[in-house]
Amino acid sequence: MKRSTTVTTNPKKQHSFLSRWNAPIAGYLFISPWLLGFLGLTAYPLFLSLYYSFTNYTLMEPISFVGTRNYEQIFTADPKFIQSVKVTFLYVIASVPLKLTAALLVALVLNKAIKGISLYRTAIYFPSLIGGSIAVSLLWRNLFGVDGIFNKIISVFGIEGKGWITSPDTAMGTLILLTVWQFGSSMVIFLAGLKQIPKDLYEASSVDGANKITQFFKITLHMLSPILYFNLIMAVISAFQMFTSAFVITNGGPMNSTYVYALYLYERAFSRYQLGYSSALAWIMLVMIVVATLIIAGTSKYWVFYENDTGGKKRK
Amino acid sequence: MIKKWGNTIRHTFMIIFSVIMVYPVLWWIGASLKQNSELSSPNIFPSVPQWSNFSNGWKSVPGHSFTDFYLNTFGLELAVMIATLISSTLVAFGFARLDFPLKGFWFSLLMLTLMMPGQVLIIPQYALFHQLGWVNTYLPFVVPHMVASGAGGTFFVFLLIQFIRGIPRELDESAKIDGCSWFGIYWRVVMPLTKPAIVTVMIFCFLWNWDDFLGHLLYINSVDKYTVGLALRMINDSQSAQEWGQLLAMSLVSIVPATLVFMFLQKYFVDGIATTGIKG
Repeated sequence: MKRSTTVTTNPKKQHSFLSRWNAPIAGYLFISPWLLGFLGLTAYPLFLSLYYSFTNYTLMEPISFVGTRNYEQIFTADPKFIQSVKVTFLYVIASVPLKLTAALLVALVLNKAIKGISLYRTAIYFPSLIGGSIAVSLLWRNLFGVDGIFNKIISVFGIEGKGWITSPDTAMGTLILLTVWQFGSSMVIFLAGLKQIPKDLYEASSVDGANKITQFFKITLHMLSPILYFNLIMAVISAFQMFTSAFVITNGGPMNSTYVYALYLYERAFSRYQLGYSSALAWIMLVMIVVATLIIAGTSKYWVFYENDTGGKKRK
Repeated sequence: MIKKWGNTIRHTFMIIFSVIMVYPVLWWIGASLKQNSELSSPNIFPSVPQWSNFSNGWKSVPGHSFTDFYLNTFGLELAVMIATLISSTLVAFGFARLDFPLKGFWFSLLMLTLMMPGQVLIIPQYALFHQLGWVNTYLPFVVPHMVASGAGGTFFVFLLIQFIRGIPRELDESAKIDGCSWFGIYWRVVMPLTKPAIVTVMIFCFLWNWDDFLGHLLYINSVDKYTVGLALRMINDSQSAQEWGQLLAMSLVSIVPATLVFMFLQKYFVDGIATTGIKG
């Protein structure tokens, strides 16, 4: 569940020789699979879960309406909720900037090194390819265990190792590292964006006496900002939903230090079958993600720049 | 001269960096052939390769071998991919080429669902599939893909719409003059030209469903229907005295399909990521 999109605009073409709609019925026939899916598997479940969140639904017992009791309990008497929110925010705030920064920096270096670029790209992309699988989570558990090779490697430098996964201070760090290790796919997107920046912008600015640092901020970051923006939003949305590695590597422990929100949701819903209560949790998660997205979108007018199709002129 | 040095530094940096990135994977390959006692060594090569890690690991789930789990997973993948292929291309063609009432409205809803966090839907969908008696079957995976709403479904539609919009409309119009129906245009004109995008969609459909661990965990309960990911988790949980070598060996095998797909279809991969921003 990790994906993002770049902005693309397709101006609607006007076909004057056709009537207003060229295929009113055929159109609906073609999109009917998605329409069914949207109504039956997205819209209806969404409202269903809102309804469940005001009930004590459990799959087994008859459903009964409990008003806002679930929400009251979550906000006033649920220490695990507070813990999981804290852990999730920590994870989002640490992993997203680290991952995007690594992706951007390596993309910048790689954009210059023309020879061997595909080899480097392959090496760096490979972790992203396999990173979401349970197999890599199992590998990670081994690497950072007490007897793991990470401890052996740092002992060469005289640093004393420890159980990185079993210690509450560092367990989250290892999960964040696993996420950052998979920066390759974001990097490929940045790399494609960098290739789109017209070379003459740099030439013109160096004639005007701009140095490399000015060029980086005024041209590179400027032109790349729409891609950065969408990468950021998509990374945040997927980070909020982080599940597999926390489930497999640490199972929320030690001392709930990696007890991410999705894990809590899963436990309430599918270990205790409290579907009503967990639907309330899911809706709170949705609201948190929407608010985070809106905050990022709200700041975008200060740092995201879109270029006209004709190029050159920018509108804010 | 300065330029030359800059290049050397850049390449040195990239080589060191690439090695750090792939080292865990290289170590993993070596570790899959190691004895338990050797596993804490950062050395990549095992002193005596334990090929038995693979043969014993393959049979480490009592009563089943990994052959069953791979057949299950590939069967599931095949069904899901065929469902996606049919539904997403039809929908994308409809949005890209046809004009119908409320099209803009539906399209904006499609864009909205692109950003919809999937976990909000997990509970009500589970309740729905539970009521239909679909738990412990593959239907909760196949049916959503038949209506372009499975893992990544809307993304595939979006990617194909973008691609089809780039195909000249003149082709449709000349086919229309020749008496082709809309379905004919979809099938004979647009689909053959959409092949590269379809390959990209199939690749990501395969990969995301391979890694859809949470989905498999929720809907598949009996071991004879287990996918590879669930089988790995089962060995991981069941062995208290861990046979780490076997576990790492079996994990390693489980990433081979994705690696092969990547090796042979790299071009489509990079194009797909770069043009649409889909992540691998």
